[in-house]
Amino acid sequence: MSSTDNTPKLYKAREPIFPRRVSGVFRNLKWIIMILTLGVYYVSPWLRFDRGPKLPDQAILVDMANRRFFFFWIEIWPHEFYFIAGLLIMAGLGLFLFTSAAGRVWCGYACPQTVWTDLYILVERWIEGDRNARLRLHRQKKLDLRKVRLRLTKWFVWLLIGLATGGAWVFYFTDAPTLLVDLVTGNAHPVAYGTMAVLTATTFFFGGFAREQICIYACPWPRIQAAMMDEDTLVVGYRHWRGEPRGKLRKGEIDPNQGDCIDCMACVNVCPVGIDIRDGQQLECITCALCIDACDEVMDKIGKPRGLIDYMALKDEPMEIAGQPPRPIWKHILRPRTLMYTALWSAVGFGLVFALFIRSDIDMTVAPVRNPTYVTLSDGSIRNIYDVRLRNKLGDDRPFQMSVSGSDALSVEIEGGADQTVIVPADGTKLQRVYVVALPKSVPATSDRTPITMWVTDTTNNERASVGTVFNGKGK
Amino acid sequence: MSNKDKNEVETTGHSWDGIEEYNNPLPRWWLWTFYLCIVWAIGYSIAYPAWPLVKGATTGLLGYSTRAEVAADIQSFDDMNAAVEAELAAADITQIEPNSPLYDYATNAGAAVFRANCSQCHGSGAAGNVGYPNLLDNDWLWGGSIDEIAYTIKHGIRNETDDAHYSEMPRFGADELLEPEQIDQVVEFVLQISGSEFDTTLSSQGAVVFEENCSSCHAEDGTGDRDQGAPNLADAIWLYGGDRETIHETVTNARFGVMPAWGKRLSEAEVNAAAIYVHTRGGGE
Repeated sequence: MSSTDNTPKLYKAREPIFPRRVSGVFRNLKWIIMILTLGVYYVSPWLRFDRGPKLPDQAILVDMANRRFFFFWIEIWPHEFYFIAGLLIMAGLGLFLFTSAAGRVWCGYACPQTVWTDLYILVERWIEGDRNARLRLHRQKKLDLRKVRLRLTKWFVWLLIGLATGGAWVFYFTDAPTLLVDLVTGNAHPVAYGTMAVLTATTFFFGGFAREQICIYACPWPRIQAAMMDEDTLVVGYRHWRGEPRGKLRKGEIDPNQGDCIDCMACVNVCPVGIDIRDGQQLECITCALCIDACDEVMDKIGKPRGLIDYMALKDEPMEIAGQPPRPIWKHILRPRTLMYTALWSAVGFGLVFALFIRSDIDMTVAPVRNPTYVTLSDGSIRNIYDVRLRNKLGDDRPFQMSVSGSDALSVEIEGGADQTVIVPADGTKLQRVYVVALPKSVPATSDRTPITMWVTDTTNNERASVGTVFNGKGK
Repeated sequence: MSNKDKNEVETTGHSWDGIEEYNNPLPRWWLWTFYLCIVWAIGYSIAYPAWPLVKGATTGLLGYSTRAEVAADIQSFDDMNAAVEAELAAADITQIEPNSPLYDYATNAGAAVFRANCSQCHGSGAAGNVGYPNLLDNDWLWGGSIDEIAYTIKHGIRNETDDAHYSEMPRFGADELLEPEQIDQVVEFVLQISGSEFDTTLSSQGAVVFEENCSSCHAEDGTGDRDQGAPNLADAIWLYGGDRETIHETVTNARFGVMPAWGKRLSEAEVNAAAIYVHTRGGGE
């Protein structure tokens, strides 16, 4: 294949990006969000919450082995997974709400890929210097001692951060202090080490090298979120009607035709995804708003009003070009779409809270044994068998008494027990074979089907639960 | 990006009737990922079974096979259970504490043994069938305590082994031990003691026939004798059927239910597990 300048390239090499340091409102906001999100992530597994002697005391714990999820005073069992599903729906709707109101705020501020990349760039800047120093180091062909030292130091710190990231993750799944000791002494489960290794490697690679490539090529969310945005959505934009024609600012020369943009490239130099916001809306833009900070700084210096690059709604563009002031932000945010998302989000939230408060600490499922539907006993009475799964959601073993209502001719027996009481272990379930017996020639014994209600009562506090089921008789 | 004109997308230079092709190249690392996958695939097909041959397939350098993996899995489970199996085989099964780990193991293992070996006759729900006892009820031919059930499972009934339960009911009709009228009478008596509708005259005559011919095994009140496996005729449970015709057939030609001696095929632990499982189905004594 002969290659000339005209032959288009089939594959594009990544162009390294060296974002310059910037300070300002949005940069500070991003620092705060980074401290909060990373703080919550790293500290949460270490919080303690007393649940009594038979339950773990870790405040937030995903106990896979025992199939429990603990969140402070809330304990979720597998059959209550709808709480998790509900939270995921809320997270989704919340994302829709924020995206339709203020564009890619998730991408720009809160996404782990953004937060960790930001942290990695911070480390890079501390070790290798700001943009120009890093550019020089990148262009320097010769691999001298200084370059090797800087590179190795940077990678080492990145690896440590990656290790802490993977390490924090595994602490959510088992008792954190115990696991830490096990990890250090080499006694932890291979899964813990494996998970840490994978997360360390992915954090190192995604934060250190892949960076914006993940957002541009790998992440599906940027493709989906366009559906939530419209002309009222706040996006980071360039007021080209104010900035153009751009031109360098020269002392003493004031060209009245020149716009406010002095083409200083500050907005391009700080951009973590390597675009020029002045080219308009681009799919690479994660609306991190750092270009706003950079431009505002320059505008302050040259004595022009801020906001050449700003959060704006595209709907305002024609008005602003016509010289009218933009509409207030709340008018853009409060619109049927965002109100609808808010209403849906709140509805799911209220539903979950309601469900959380009405759930009981005692529960059962009843599975009538259909093979056979009934058993005839010596004295002619008719017995039905039920597999009953009893659940005790409290922290101590409790005696549960079984009873049945629906007909006076029915009585309850427990497999292997003299009376009707079963001890169900703390925070556990028990599968109990329960017999319901109908007296010979009684109505339930001679009918096809009799609807009955099975009751379980906690004899310590008289809390009870019931399940409707069916008693099968011989029929006539 | 450097040579990209402002507000103009780079094209490949191809033009068809004025329609130009945009050049949006893939990232190069995608290409390298693709090459890496090819290299991986080649290595994988050498290391693992991959290429189909006329007979079988290449085995791969690592010698991996799913069949061997399953065998190893089964072996590892057997090894894990070896201790508890030994404990179960040696245990006095009447003394195993309910809800103890050994008991839980036994009921679960017993369920598996039952499904594989017993359900063909007794049904997957242990409800039995005509001629095959229902194991869920509280009526037992040879005893319903755990050790009696274990003995029955181990040695069986009326089979060729020496320790099997054995008894034989005479063929009262076929061998002309009773007159046809006597059979009619005794059938009415059996219907009476089991609580069914009966003919009063025939039944009172049948009581005499029963006492002379049947009571030595089935007891004078018809409640049976477990030492001889003689069924209780005075209850609501029938192995072959409790209607007039079926009882007539039973008295005439007798019954001879057979159960294999499972001790020959099952291990001691499996027999014990099955006994405990059957005992927990509702009728255990």
